[in-house]
Amino acid sequence: MKLTGAEIFVKGLADLGVDVIFGYPGGSVINIYDELFKNTKVRHLLPRHEQGAVHMADGFARASGKVGVCLVTSGPGATNTVTGLATAYMDSIPIVVFSGQVPTPLIGNDAFQEADIVGITRPCTKHNFLVKDTADLARVMKEAFYIASTGRPGPVLVDMPKDVLMASAEYAMPKEVKLRGYNPNYEGHPKQVESAMRLLEEREKPVLYVGGGVILSNAAAELTEFARLLGIPVTTTLMGMGAFPGTDPLCMGMLGMHGTYAANMAISHSDIILAVGARFDDRVTGKIAAFAPHAKIVHIDIDPTSIQKNVRVDIPIVGDVKDVLKKMLKLAKAPKVAAACKKRVAPWRDEIARWEATHPMRYKQGKGKINPKFVVEKIYELTKGKAVIATEVGQHQMFAAQFYKYDKPRTFLSSGGLGTMGFGLPAAIGAQVALPGALVIDIAGDGSIQMNIQELATAMQYRLPVKVVILNNGALGMVRQWQELFFDAKYSQTCLPQIPDFVKLAEAYGAAGFRATKPEEVEGVLRKGFATPGPVMIDIQTDPNELVYPMVPAGAALTDMLLV
Amino acid sequence: MRHTISVLVENEFGVLSRVAGLFSGRGFNIESLSVAETADPTISRMTIVTVGNDQIIEQILKQLNKLIPVIKVVDFSGTDTVDREMIMVKVNAENETRTEVLRLVDIFRGKIVDVAPRSYTIEMTGDEAKVDAFLALLRPVGIKDIVRTGKIAIARG
Repeated sequence: MKLTGAEIFVKGLADLGVDVIFGYPGGSVINIYDELFKNTKVRHLLPRHEQGAVHMADGFARASGKVGVCLVTSGPGATNTVTGLATAYMDSIPIVVFSGQVPTPLIGNDAFQEADIVGITRPCTKHNFLVKDTADLARVMKEAFYIASTGRPGPVLVDMPKDVLMASAEYAMPKEVKLRGYNPNYEGHPKQVESAMRLLEEREKPVLYVGGGVILSNAAAELTEFARLLGIPVTTTLMGMGAFPGTDPLCMGMLGMHGTYAANMAISHSDIILAVGARFDDRVTGKIAAFAPHAKIVHIDIDPTSIQKNVRVDIPIVGDVKDVLKKMLKLAKAPKVAAACKKRVAPWRDEIARWEATHPMRYKQGKGKINPKFVVEKIYELTKGKAVIATEVGQHQMFAAQFYKYDKPRTFLSSGGLGTMGFGLPAAIGAQVALPGALVIDIAGDGSIQMNIQELATAMQYRLPVKVVILNNGALGMVRQWQELFFDAKYSQTCLPQIPDFVKLAEAYGAAGFRATKPEEVEGVLRKGFATPGPVMIDIQTDPNELVYPMVPAGAALTDMLLV
Repeated sequence: MRHTISVLVENEFGVLSRVAGLFSGRGFNIESLSVAETADPTISRMTIVTVGNDQIIEQILKQLNKLIPVIKVVDFSGTDTVDREMIMVKVNAENETRTEVLRLVDIFRGKIVDVAPRSYTIEMTGDEAKVDAFLALLRPVGIKDIVRTGKIAIARG
């Protein structure tokens, strides 16, 4: 039986196991919306902006490990997804965006609501498609999901012209995907793994440098076992938060620009770095020439382009980190290996403990203004570390990384690579859709939250009880911090004198709003906010002079840290 | 160092711009690029000449491999290959230079493909050195226009 393109699309989603999509209607996809109206298998959520839709799909994917799905119309609908696609691309998040397109005969004619979205998104997607024939649609959908979720995951866009959605064809969803140019290598080479273990056995100051790849490949358990078995200290990137328990004594916290003193000193003094699913981002390495000068580097990554890109690597291992860690664990479990390593590394752990003792993460909460770090610690205390935390981008994001301990993967959702303001609220909504029972909190700044604040309406419409905690310092805090430190405190355009009354704004959307202006109010307001059903916005007016420390200035060596 | 890279790709629309976009987006330079169908009509071959140090070339090769429609990437540097380029060159052909041009065309095994009262258009193929030498010898005669295909290359044996 022949189906229309729109029917194929909706049936295809169901057959691919998609039960929820985030979408925004428009002329080019109206036929699909007509189908969705009849269909009950796929749940559709309507955001208030297409950028919100993509971040929701992204948050859904980060929290659940499944592919997040979006549907938007042609032209502006499609171009509004670009930031979300770039965000997912930088952080390797599996999402598929379906965009409508003007009818094929009109493509290239500057038709109404036409944009060359395949051309526009080519550099910020893992792959993209323009479907030219209805008969290809089901196959392309299958390929899109396959590409998004395998190898190094990433976003895929599928552009669907209106006439392709209206025409009919036999429904042909292939069982398997065969792409001759795409064969991700999952199995780390056993010889390379062996060499890495042998090198490790010669060394005394190892560090595990752990990135988001460990979370993406669901390898947190293997990594944790490996680190504990051998007694190797662990530092995670922003994206790697939760890949290793933040409360474990071996955890040194984050490294890099706003990393802990201990983590950065450990990297700088180590003699072997095991980089697992991390890519040596410039926010991590600081000045490349001074990065880990004494260390041999073993780099495990599924994407060969990540290896040797920024730093020289002594032993590259291309493969899925889960597979590689399993192989390493097997070797580590041989008689005496683990015990010997633990013993050999003991003095190194003592050295790190001394760095931790002399320069811990700390802050002072006086009687006057509210310290944002105190707020994050209170959130940690009250949630007992069991919440899913999404963040926007800026100082509050770093506070959320530094003062909340993440014990489980997929509990810290943050735009790491692209640094997208406005990410947190829609991502939190997507996560709440994936985890209806979880307490999902967006730790936000007053600047970032205003970039996609309209999504509060989405949270209300679908009764998604996300809690937004705004660390409100009346400024674009991170840029203001740079201006303070490096531009003689000339605060060019970073103070926000005109800020909405967030409590009233929440109420205008039908949500609950609370406010704290004094330190002694913080705990009570957070408690009340978290206990209130439905979406809640909590405005906490914090001290604008509290900066993110430690800090490695851009381009400086990790050892040149500005401490508190 | 200069590298000649051969890339087998799916013969579908948009692949060329994916490859070219990869180079421009990452700040790599393309010296020449030629592309056409292979014996298998579903596959095209691109020959790309580019310049870079070892690290840049390693990135280029890996990034090319990462593109979904790219089937195979081979760096021909240091391997035994045959390469050719084709040019068409329009030169002045006044009375006093006509014989000289004909003689050069003969020596270089070129072919005159168009004759006009004041010009010849010559077709010639060869490796880069031969093409450059030919052009150098023609220059005093007066070159009006040149079109080059860029290099194509294939492994020996």
